[in-house]
Amino acid sequence: MNKIYTPQKEDFEFIGERNINIDLNFASQGYWKGVAIHFLRNKFAVTGVILVGIIILFAIFAPILSSYSYQEIISITDSSGKEIVAKSLTPQIADSESQKIFSDKTFIFGTDDMGRDLWTRTWQGARVSLIIAFVTIFIDMLIGTSYGLISGYFGGTVDNIMQRFIEIAGSIPTLVIISILAVFMEKGIGLVIASLLITEWIGMSKIARAECLKLKEREYVLASRTLGAGNFHIIFKQILPNTIGPIITQVMFSIPVAIFTEAFLSFVGVGIVLPQCSIGSLIEAGFNNITILPYQILPPISVLAVLMLGFNLIGDGFREALAPKIEDM
Amino acid sequence: MAKYITKRILMSLLTLFLITFVLFVLIRIMPGDPFPVERMSAEMILQKRAELGLDKPILIQFSDYMSMLMQGNFGNGTSLYNGAPIKPILIKCMENSFKIGVISILFGTTAGLFLGITAALNRGKFLDGLCTVFSILGVCIPSYVFMIFLQYFFSYKIPFFPYFFDPSRFLFSSIMPSISLSLFTVSTVARFTRNEMVEVMNSDYVKLAESKGLYGFELIRKHILRNALIPIVTVIAPLVVDLMTGAMVMEKIYGVNGIGKLMVDAIAGEGIDYNYVLALGIVFSALYIGIMLILDILYGIIDPRIRIAAKETK
Repeated sequence: MNKIYTPQKEDFEFIGERNINIDLNFASQGYWKGVAIHFLRNKFAVTGVILVGIIILFAIFAPILSSYSYQEIISITDSSGKEIVAKSLTPQIADSESQKIFSDKTFIFGTDDMGRDLWTRTWQGARVSLIIAFVTIFIDMLIGTSYGLISGYFGGTVDNIMQRFIEIAGSIPTLVIISILAVFMEKGIGLVIASLLITEWIGMSKIARAECLKLKEREYVLASRTLGAGNFHIIFKQILPNTIGPIITQVMFSIPVAIFTEAFLSFVGVGIVLPQCSIGSLIEAGFNNITILPYQILPPISVLAVLMLGFNLIGDGFREALAPKIEDM
Repeated sequence: MAKYITKRILMSLLTLFLITFVLFVLIRIMPGDPFPVERMSAEMILQKRAELGLDKPILIQFSDYMSMLMQGNFGNGTSLYNGAPIKPILIKCMENSFKIGVISILFGTTAGLFLGITAALNRGKFLDGLCTVFSILGVCIPSYVFMIFLQYFFSYKIPFFPYFFDPSRFLFSSIMPSISLSLFTVSTVARFTRNEMVEVMNSDYVKLAESKGLYGFELIRKHILRNALIPIVTVIAPLVVDLMTGAMVMEKIYGVNGIGKLMVDAIAGEGIDYNYVLALGIVFSALYIGIMLILDILYGIIDPRIRIAAKETK
């Protein structure tokens, strides 16, 4: 007689949760969760986040933790015991005794030709550049998005007039706007911010308008209107949340443009004025001494390059994460 | 097509006129007085004002300026160039800037196309990776970083190229400025060309052409490049404009006497030279609008679909 085998308890093994594979591409998940997963899978984007994160951390903490202030002219005692200004010292690391000619102080990036610590100045400069970029792009985002949404939503004559205005405003080269501002304003941080405020919102408004034109024909907008919602409510509560993705991408690409514009303006001499410092003004100072003291230009130029690279990688990552292609999945 | 072009030209002229008007008014309503009050008596100032036509209403001043402009005259400089006429200085500077600009655009697009095509044909291989890394770096790292390093290494450490631009040895001394100015163009064009080429190469009509037995250069030239080139023309427009900004830094680094340097001198110096700001503002806007116009028309000529779309909307 064949006995029917009855399964024993030992025949089964609990495999835990790790082996259960759910295909994320087709699983139901929230929009932002999907975007986050695609973004984090992208090696380049994560590298960008890490690069920018490191610079931001240094920009916040390095000037606080440094023993010198960024505009302090440091004096040191030399080997004969005389007190002199620490002008144009080459970089010194604390441990290398052979480099340490002076008894009491060390400078990681060296000092500039006025005797200020370049380590502190570099990170203070990065801080100034980042603040300028974030603040102006944030305001530009507010202006540009509202402008674009209003123009796209109302359409017709309103749209026509608003778009002609943008066409004319957009065909004035940035350089001309800057030169006019330079006539009216003092050189310095205000000029940089004003020129960024005037020029950068146009790109944002174009994107917001294009999105709005697409979205305003959707059923949910019609439903909202049928229920008696006002224009203001529809634009800012119904349409705006759905345009956030492309706008964030644009913001990510605008930040490096803002950092570059600041560096460019300070480099040609209409930006930040001494003793304030920014990436651009440090590069300019380094450039003026490049043949004698070439190490001075390295820190600010590396920070600028890393920032630009980082933000561009993040922007690319966002763009891909928001509109993933089939082959990326 | 003719109607489209005329409309675009008229629109551009109108925009240029409006910009000139706004620039003029903005500079005239500037607070402050061009004359030193403490060193000149009220009578002298009044006389000087009448002499320069500053006592007239602003619209009449504008029409005077416009009629002067129509004769190709930009007025006189003030403090910086001791009142010398602007026009000859402007023409000399534009000549230097244009030559370098044209060389770097030609070099940039040719090198960019070459790199992009090489990368697309070797898709997934080592050359492709190399081109991608190069173009990412070129797009992300500002061109003046490259300029400073190129100048430091190839003109100072290894003194092969001249350190500064020298108009008397134009060809040799413009190599470094043009190359460093065109790096951004090279990398953008290369990246764009590669992506466009890869997209076109995957399309059905290229597969059809391949299955008919076409291969090699014929296939690339007739089927792939023609279709890939259309979008590339669009990226060249903003690049040309970027060159204007890049030129400002380049001219400072290589000591070129160009319009960018003239602009910096006019706004960043001790006193601001309003006449120069106005003249350069008009020149820059005209350049910008002109480039946009040419590329718009060119785009319509290259891509028959745009011509047809423009016809249908009418």
